[in-house]
Amino acid sequence: MAPFELRDLAGRLHRMPAGCPAVLAFFKEDCPTCDFSFPFLQRLNDGLAGKAEVLGISQSDAAATRAFVARHGLKLPVVLDRELEVSLAVDLESVPTLLLIDERGTVHESSAGFVRQEWERIARRAADSVGAVMPPLFRDDEAVPEWRAGCASRTTDAVFQEELRVRRGRGRLQSRRVEIGDLEDAVEFFFERGLSDGLPVVPPTEGRVLRMLEGTRRSPDEVVALVPPNYAPATVEKVAINAVLAGCRPEYLPVVLAAVEAACTDAFNMHGVLATTYFAAPLIIVNGPIRQRLGINSGVNVFGQGTRANATIGRALNLVVRNVGGGRPGEVDRATLGQPGKYTYCIAENEEDNPWPPLHVERGFRPQDSTVTLFAAEAPRALVDQLSRSARGVVTTLGKCMETIAHHKWYQYAEAVLVICPEHVRTIARDGWGKADIRRCIQEVTAKPLAALLADADGSAEGVPRRVVGENPAAQVLETMVSKFASEDSIQIVVAGGGAGKFSAVVGGWVGGSMGSQMVTHKIEE
Amino acid sequence: MALTVLDPTDERQPVERQVAARPKRLTGTVALLDIVKPRGDVFLDRLAELLPQRRDVTVLRFRKPTFTKPAPEPLLRQIAERAGAVIEALAD
Repeated sequence: MAPFELRDLAGRLHRMPAGCPAVLAFFKEDCPTCDFSFPFLQRLNDGLAGKAEVLGISQSDAAATRAFVARHGLKLPVVLDRELEVSLAVDLESVPTLLLIDERGTVHESSAGFVRQEWERIARRAADSVGAVMPPLFRDDEAVPEWRAGCASRTTDAVFQEELRVRRGRGRLQSRRVEIGDLEDAVEFFFERGLSDGLPVVPPTEGRVLRMLEGTRRSPDEVVALVPPNYAPATVEKVAINAVLAGCRPEYLPVVLAAVEAACTDAFNMHGVLATTYFAAPLIIVNGPIRQRLGINSGVNVFGQGTRANATIGRALNLVVRNVGGGRPGEVDRATLGQPGKYTYCIAENEEDNPWPPLHVERGFRPQDSTVTLFAAEAPRALVDQLSRSARGVVTTLGKCMETIAHHKWYQYAEAVLVICPEHVRTIARDGWGKADIRRCIQEVTAKPLAALLADADGSAEGVPRRVVGENPAAQVLETMVSKFASEDSIQIVVAGGGAGKFSAVVGGWVGGSMGSQMVTHKIEE
Repeated sequence: MALTVLDPTDERQPVERQVAARPKRLTGTVALLDIVKPRGDVFLDRLAELLPQRRDVTVLRFRKPTFTKPAPEPLLRQIAERAGAVIEALAD
C-alpha cells in the first residue's frame, strides 16, 4: 500500500510503513464488533513488545475516538482517518479490518469483520516476523466466537459518497456558487429569484450536480447549444444543474442533453416556439432501447402524471430554456393561453405493441438507436371510436376528427402527431393496414372541395382568401379536392397509451415548415 | 449550515437595450414593417395611404420572412439605413 501519515489524538504524526511490520486495524466507535474485538488487539500489541506495531485507525471523529480508547483502556497508538483518505486508498468495505504489512508497506494478510482463525493467523505471522514470543491471542477460558460480522466502512455511506464526489470534483464545476443563508429556505430561494417554473425545484448542490454529471461522458464545459431567446451558451454543466432542479436522475441526462440540442436547432426554432402567442410547447418523443432502461412511460396515462422520467426530462428542457435562455412567460414567452405541456411534455413510443416501424426508424435511424424527436405541439386532443371494428372505420374517425385541428378551414396543414392507442392499432393492423394506408385514408376522408374552404364559404372569415381563386373562378377550380394535410408525410404516427380504451389522440403543431418549426430527431449519445 | 448551490442561469445580465429616442413628429422616410402576421398588411396598407396625406412623409414597406423568427440582420440594417422611423405591425 502507498505510504501515509495520520495524526493521533494528541496531534502527533504517525507514518506508515514505520520501518517494521505492522498490523493496521480500522475501526469506528459505534461498531459493536469493533467494541468486542479491540481488547484482543491491545493484547496483540502488548505481545509484540514494540518490535512490530499495532496501529488503530479510526473512522470516527476525535471525541468519539477518545471515548472508544477510554472505554477499552487502549494503549496501542490510535490515529484519526479524518478525511477517510487511507480507508479509501485500501478500498475498505467494513470495520474492523486488519491488514498485516511488512516494513516496506506490502500487505501480506487482510481480514474483514472478526474471523477468529484469521486474527490468530495474523497475530502469529506478525509475531514470527519479528521473532516475538507471545501467548495465544485468545485464552481457553474465553468464549470467543468463530466469526462476527463487522459494520460497513464509513466510506460506503451515501452521505460520504456525496462528500467524496464534491471533494474529487473540486475544480470541475465552473458555475457561480450561490450561498443560501441559514435563515433562508432553499426551495423558496429558487421561487423568489424566478428560477422555477412554478413548482418546487431540487436545490442544485455541488454533490447533486456532480452526481448528475456521472450520467454522461461529456465534459462539463462542453457547449451543448445556444439557447434562445438570449442565445446563451448552455454547457453540459448548466444542463446538468437544471436537470437537478427538475428532479432528473443522472441516467436521464443524456436524454435531456439530446433534447436541448434538438430544441436549439434552426429547424426546430425554439425561439419562435417560445415567443408565439400560440399554444406551442416542445413535445419530446423518445424512441429506442433507452426507453426501457430509464422506464420512460409509453403506456397507461402516457401524457399524464406519475412517471418520474417523463415528468422530469420534459421539465428539465423547459427549465434550461427558462434559466439559461432567459425565456419566461410574459416576457419573451407571449402565449395567450399556453398549455399544461409547457411544464413538461415527454412520452415514449410503445415499440413493443407496434406492428409498424417506430417513429425514429421512419425518420432514418436504426431500431437499436435511442433518439429524441421534438415537435412544437399543442395539447393532445381526443379521437374517440369505440364501435368501429375495421381499419377503415377507425381511421375514418381519426381523419374526420382531425379535420378541425386549429380551424376547420385551415387545410394543407403542415404537421401533426397522431398517437394511436393499442386497441385502435390492433383493429387497424388486423386488416393488414400499414402506416401508409392510414395516411392515405386520412387524406381521402378529410378531402373537401376548395369552395368549402374559402374565407367567405361560411360565417368564419378564416380560410382561403377569395383573391386566390379570383372573382369568378371556374367550377372546376372550386371543385378541386383539398386534403387536410399538406402531404401524407405531414402525418406523423406514434403508438402509445394503455392497453384498454379505444381512445387515440392528435397533437396539432404550430407554424410548420422552414418558416416555423419542423420536427427534429436527434440521437441520444450515451 | 448555509447551503451552497450552483447558479442555473447563464450568469450574465442580458444587455439592456436602449430604446431609441422617439421623434417628436413624423417626417422624412418612415419604414412600415410587416412581420407577416394575419391582417398586419391591412393595418399597414391603411397607414401607407394615410401617412403621406396627413404628414410630410414618404413610406417604405418592409416584410420579415417569417414572424416566427427574429428579423434577419440585413433587413434591420436596411431599415436603419433608409428610414428615420419605423412602424411595425405586431401580432394579429
